[in-house]
Amino acid sequence: MDGMLFHAFVYLAAAVLAVPVANRLGLGSVLGYLIAGILIGPTLGLVGAETHDVQQVAEFGVVMMLFLVGLELEPQLLWDMRLRLLGLGGLQVGLTALLIAALALALGRYWGMGLAIGLVFAMSSTAIVLQTLSEKGLTKTEGGRASFAVLLFQDIAVIAVLALIPLLARPGAWWDPALGEGQRGTAPPLHDTAGLVAGLPDWGYALVLLGAVATVVLGGHYLSRPLFRYIAESRLREVFTASALLLVIGTALLMTLVGLSPALGAFLAGVVLATSEFRHELQSDIEPFKGLLLGLFFITVGAGIDFGILFADYPTVLGLTLGVMGLKAAVLLGLARVFRLAPGDRWLFALSLAQAGEFGFVLLAFCVQNRVIPTELARTLSLVIALSMLLTPALFILYERLIAPRLNNGNGDGGGQAPDTIDELGSVVIAGIGRFGQVVNGLLVAAGVRTVVLDQRADQIALLRKLDIKSYYGDASRPDLLHAAGIAQARLFIVAIDDRDRAVEMVEHVRRTYPQVRILARAYDVGHMYLLKNAGANLVVREVYDGSLSLGAAALRRLGFHPYKVERMIRAFRRHQSDGLAGMYELWDEDPDIARNLALQAHIRAHVGTLQDALNFDRRQLHDRSERGWTPPPKDFTRELDDDP
Amino acid sequence: MPTYVPVLSRGDGAVGRRRVLVLFAHPSLDRSEANRPLTAALAAVEGVTLVDLYAEYPTFEINVDREQARLLSHEVICFMHPLYWYSTPAILKEWQDLVLEHGFAYGAGANSLHGKLFFNALTAGGPELAYCAVGYNHFTIRELLYPLEQMARLCGMVYLPPFALFGARTAVEEGRLSVHAADWVRVLEALRDDRLDVAAAVSRTTLNGDLATLIREG
Repeated sequence: MDGMLFHAFVYLAAAVLAVPVANRLGLGSVLGYLIAGILIGPTLGLVGAETHDVQQVAEFGVVMMLFLVGLELEPQLLWDMRLRLLGLGGLQVGLTALLIAALALALGRYWGMGLAIGLVFAMSSTAIVLQTLSEKGLTKTEGGRASFAVLLFQDIAVIAVLALIPLLARPGAWWDPALGEGQRGTAPPLHDTAGLVAGLPDWGYALVLLGAVATVVLGGHYLSRPLFRYIAESRLREVFTASALLLVIGTALLMTLVGLSPALGAFLAGVVLATSEFRHELQSDIEPFKGLLLGLFFITVGAGIDFGILFADYPTVLGLTLGVMGLKAAVLLGLARVFRLAPGDRWLFALSLAQAGEFGFVLLAFCVQNRVIPTELARTLSLVIALSMLLTPALFILYERLIAPRLNNGNGDGGGQAPDTIDELGSVVIAGIGRFGQVVNGLLVAAGVRTVVLDQRADQIALLRKLDIKSYYGDASRPDLLHAAGIAQARLFIVAIDDRDRAVEMVEHVRRTYPQVRILARAYDVGHMYLLKNAGANLVVREVYDGSLSLGAAALRRLGFHPYKVERMIRAFRRHQSDGLAGMYELWDEDPDIARNLALQAHIRAHVGTLQDALNFDRRQLHDRSERGWTPPPKDFTRELDDDP
Repeated sequence: MPTYVPVLSRGDGAVGRRRVLVLFAHPSLDRSEANRPLTAALAAVEGVTLVDLYAEYPTFEINVDREQARLLSHEVICFMHPLYWYSTPAILKEWQDLVLEHGFAYGAGANSLHGKLFFNALTAGGPELAYCAVGYNHFTIRELLYPLEQMARLCGMVYLPPFALFGARTAVEEGRLSVHAADWVRVLEALRDDRLDVAAAVSRTTLNGDLATLIREG
């Protein structure tokens, strides 16, 4: 217990100290975690043997990250990127592995070992790359999308590679007959091929795989929603969080049991739930776990760097590291050119994926168990992977500081590079989809505006979904949910809820945290309107004002007023009201309680008195300067004109 | 551009009963001294449709289909309005811009309005003397309405000179309005019953300058 507390303290302290500093220096959080790991591991020696166990837990952060990535990716988008996924991804893994294998062969190594090393290095770090891309806001760029496609392919390819590795062992070499096929020592943490399917024939295994995938897809689609709805209605937040975790862990467990990548399974579950109304709620629940576990993962990578080997033979290790990264970058650059990425995106794509990744560790361990790569070599290669991951944040900085400015300045005159398509542009977050929010949302959606609608009544969301109105379950007064809904990138935030106090709180929070977002709010009455304005809303509309005016207008028409006259009276009424409201604010501010505020009462009385004049300006005799609008000229106007020369 | 072939009579010899559409535009009817009595007078004439555009479209959301159907079901089209800055009040311009679509009112193959009669019935503030080369308005009323005349022409309609009330601000005081209102009814009935000498009317400056010579009493 003491040991556990101590280690938790060390890990957390290292993260808390190192990450903000790294961020402030512009290095990004990933490098911060890695440095924290190096500090507590090899440098200070505070942690050691347990790193490996911690890493197994921490790797679950990768699973959660892929679940979140899946949540962002609707099935349609996934289908749209199939060409990139298979083309870019397949060629990247294949070419990189073959080139490294050829090099190894040229150096006189066995081809199988060369190919295995090639496959190990072909993998990039999903954790580092996705985390850094989203931290730097590059996810939606073409380069970012291409990188994601390759990473996703690698995730899928890992399964095939795990099946291939045992075949690459050199017959007879390092083969200990005492170890049979079934006993491979400890299985790699993420890709346990034993479990349920050991001993099944091939066709049976295929059936089990299909069944597992079908379970995730169908279960996610049909079972999870009623379950989540049921839990949402109980209004117990922590139970919802627990069920979100249960979903991810359950999926991962199922995948592990049948020998598939749990990360891939979680991704699939995410994609299935991407269209569900619980998307943003799930996102905000899983996000903190993912963040902590990924951080932990990066720390363990840092802590695991064996500086002993590095110092013993640094020319080889550094040479290998730079060689691998150079070769990977070259392959990626070539592919980016073939797939017609713009120059800026090409470099982002090549530099971001040039490192080896966490799957490399997994594959390496598996290779050693299968006698494909000798332990000594594996230790060096492991260091190469870690070093390349450590260098990745530096490459991102290189891209940001040197390459992006140079390429993007030449926009238009040089390569004619098209700007990145940012499909979230102009998105609007709407809180509340009751009577009020529905109209607002309907109008915006019809105009082609992307909206994200939040409401905390699960039954209401379920009903709207039946009417094909896209909306999400969640309490919009919770900052993390607003964040998951994309408030940071939104242009407008619309408060359409009917809870007056929460509306004001919401406006205050968004104004404070996201000063760039414009806030439009629905007010219950004039007092509420002033409160919302004080809280920082840019525009406040009284909820029943327009409805009352149209009913009043209809009444006037029924009484025989000319419709166009009524239209003009309504306009005059509006002008008079908004002038009056501006004047009332000062008085209201002194004492918002109208019943006690005598000055305010007097002001309102006077205001109502002048309203009649404003509307019936032509009851006074014609030709007052204040009258505007189709007033005929004076009776004798033609005489003035005749006098003119 | 379609060749201009005025259709001066219906040619079948029969006394045609034409249907007359009066598109009325006055944004401030409760202040009107001339147009209100004139609309009241025409409301009693059988076979004449009166449309108060400002009442029907107070927000200017003109229903194009409805207006085009109205044009199709009438043979005489009249813009009735006070003269504002030598033209119509704003809604009649909006009506022109929206209703007279290419392919419906003009353009290749568009002949929906061909042969219909078109004229303005207007009230002008200035005296008739002001509407000539030496008056302060410098142009005749017909000259000032050239854009509308050309509109009618492009749509293949026969343009008649305006039925105009001059010095409208003092017409009531000077007892001219009741005479004008009676003339207004006579013109509408003559148009309806095809008793108006269209061939003679097209070259006049106003329709009501010498009304007796244009109308065959029925």
